[in-house]
Amino acid sequence: MPVKVAEEWLGSCSGCEISILNLGETLLAVLPQLEFVHIPVLMDHKYYGQTGSGDTHHPEIPQATVGIVSGNIRNAEHLELARKMRESCQVLIALGTCATHGGIPALINQFSDAELFQRYYRETETTDPAADPDDPALPRMLERTFALDEKVKVDLYLPGCPPHPDQIAEAIVALLEGRAPNLPEKSVCDTCPTRREGKGSVKKIRRFLQNAQFEPGQPLDQMRCLLEQGLLCMGPVTRAGCAGSHGEDPRCVSARVPCRGCFGPVKQGGNQMLDMLNALASNGIDVKSVPDRLSLLRFSGGHGRLQNPTRRAKAGC
Amino acid sequence: MSQNINVNADGGFAHGGGRTINLQPITRIEGHARIAIQLDEAGNVADTRLHIMAMRGFEKFIEGRPAEEVPRIVSRICGICPWMHHTASNKAVDGCFGAKVPPAGAKLREFMQALAHINDKLLHFFFLAAPDFVMGAGADYGVRNVIGIVGAAPELATKVVRMRQAGQMMIEKFAGKVIHPVAVVTGGFSKPMSEAERQELLAHCREQLDFALFCMEYAKENVFYKLDEATLHLGGIKTGFMGTVNPTDGSLNLFDGVLRLMKADGSFHDFTYQEYADRLGEHVEPWSYGKFPYARSWGEGFSMDLDQPRGIYRVNTLARINVCDKISTPLAQAELEEFRSRFGRPAQATMLYHWARLIELVYACERCLELLKDSSITDNKVRGEVAPKAGRGVGCVEAPRGTLIHDYTTDEAGMIAKANIIVGTTHNVAPMNMSVKQAAQNLIKNGAVSEEALNKVEMAVRAYDP
Repeated sequence: MPVKVAEEWLGSCSGCEISILNLGETLLAVLPQLEFVHIPVLMDHKYYGQTGSGDTHHPEIPQATVGIVSGNIRNAEHLELARKMRESCQVLIALGTCATHGGIPALINQFSDAELFQRYYRETETTDPAADPDDPALPRMLERTFALDEKVKVDLYLPGCPPHPDQIAEAIVALLEGRAPNLPEKSVCDTCPTRREGKGSVKKIRRFLQNAQFEPGQPLDQMRCLLEQGLLCMGPVTRAGCAGSHGEDPRCVSARVPCRGCFGPVKQGGNQMLDMLNALASNGIDVKSVPDRLSLLRFSGGHGRLQNPTRRAKAGC
Repeated sequence: MSQNINVNADGGFAHGGGRTINLQPITRIEGHARIAIQLDEAGNVADTRLHIMAMRGFEKFIEGRPAEEVPRIVSRICGICPWMHHTASNKAVDGCFGAKVPPAGAKLREFMQALAHINDKLLHFFFLAAPDFVMGAGADYGVRNVIGIVGAAPELATKVVRMRQAGQMMIEKFAGKVIHPVAVVTGGFSKPMSEAERQELLAHCREQLDFALFCMEYAKENVFYKLDEATLHLGGIKTGFMGTVNPTDGSLNLFDGVLRLMKADGSFHDFTYQEYADRLGEHVEPWSYGKFPYARSWGEGFSMDLDQPRGIYRVNTLARINVCDKISTPLAQAELEEFRSRFGRPAQATMLYHWARLIELVYACERCLELLKDSSITDNKVRGEVAPKAGRGVGCVEAPRGTLIHDYTTDEAGMIAKANIIVGTTHNVAPMNMSVKQAAQNLIKNGAVSEEALNKVEMAVRAYDP
């Protein structure tokens, strides 16, 4: 009997779904053991019946053994679908950093909806100013952007922006085999082969305005650690996994570009900003040299970590 | 909560009458949309709406960020075409800082962007659109999908999956990250291409070109030549078009050039990226979070009236194929000539987006090979001087879904002061609304609503690959 799978995307970009497709032939190999019952990117199952005549107060998602949800919760529709997925699925997987930690779109938590709508519907260079869209067909925005587990119980976390296909495959295969998946638990640094020469030489972080120093064509272990080159690299405080499970190098560093933390904190509840500032300070680096320090939370601003200043003031903190 | 997400009994439509059909989610597209079809008392279509259901606010939340970081943030606008946002954003930041990109840096950017187009077109044609044609528009939804194609044509499906996979892995091997890329940087590219990498990529792109030609033949024989009149004119509307062309010879250019805005009668004018805000406007409707761009420079305002649209232009593959005078690569040019001899210029039939998409697939493969054959792409100087300062930059590329515009203003520290972004799909929001209405009016009569008819309404959306 194939295992029934339902997949849904909330506040997201579809990168997680493309990462599922990037399983390629691995996906073809496991396909006979899976039965997708709902997956909007690939399949035409509808919430309100196939002819759109169903009860629009109750979206329908078929029962499934495994539920996969990508994206964060930003509006009332996302919330309702998250709850529906939880209700319909025995095991719920949070796929990608938006679902596990809020992800990039949670950066909006630093702003109010009033500020956003003012800019977007009345002020941009091309917009004919108008009132905010308010038709009842449109889902109401929630007070901020939430990670999935702030609203429903999550059984398995697969962070990454996007998650590597190897971890998606491991999660699927482990579920098929009835065992716990073997997922990365270390930091990006722990898996990075760049050369480390020791603390102390860098006093300030520099913006990434010149390329890293390296010998073109040489392997990554010939390049000096990017943090030791004075670039902000979030490898120390970011969960490993971007390199996959076959001994490859961390993806951004392999492009000779510093890590920005897209797999979220090393431990699910960690705080990438505090951990990174601590890591810099303990290496004798002036933390004030980091511009826009709040954006160290650019992937993990859910769970109330990023807040709008007016809301913070109201909360008395 | 549910009352907040649902169309009320009258669906928010101005005029009531009969019932409302709520088609949600629109599937095999990227993103969140809903089609509401309002029937009158006789069961005919009174009105339709394509609601864009979400907005995330990238324009707002990049404010205050160091501009050179933004190309790694805005890539998350779209996980299918992150290379497009990544590249256009870097061009905008180059403009703000006055950065000059060395020739090899520009070639690497264009190469990666073209390579990303290849994978995108395979994804759209085979994974998202083809099920309607290969399995049939009226096939059960359980098989009317790519998994159904795997069952019905396993050899073809395996080949498509393998080639797309190879393309994705090739990008990752050279440039680190394929989804949400990082290798384009302000002032150029993060690393040079080695000679060994160039040779490997050449072999890969030759294989991709062969496969593209196979896809074109397959699609012509099995889909395009078999399109009956009714299907060809599904979602058919008459509009203008916009796309990028080479300023010197008017040829198709996905990476850089001038914007050409063509009226439905075929007349056109060209303008630079910097002039976009003088030429285009964005209209707001209360029932969609997405805005509705229109051609402000035509001076006729905005209307989605099917018989007399005003200000409406389309983007994406069919638009680019219409606005270009020619294609600079020989095999794609031959395809363009066949296309034009059959459908004229501009071709209006919405389903021709698919055909135009495969012409562009051939072009993207040929262009990748052209760029790789010139060994100067391996020059080590790939990034120019970058110094943060106050300025404004408008960066554009042709994304698979249409003209992508990033417009940034920076302060003296090089932080984003304000941003305006118009993404490819957004230009097509008004045309998609019109195509939905046209299709629904033709397919739904006297209250008879079938699953097949509704899937055909969605096909009118899917053609735009939103």
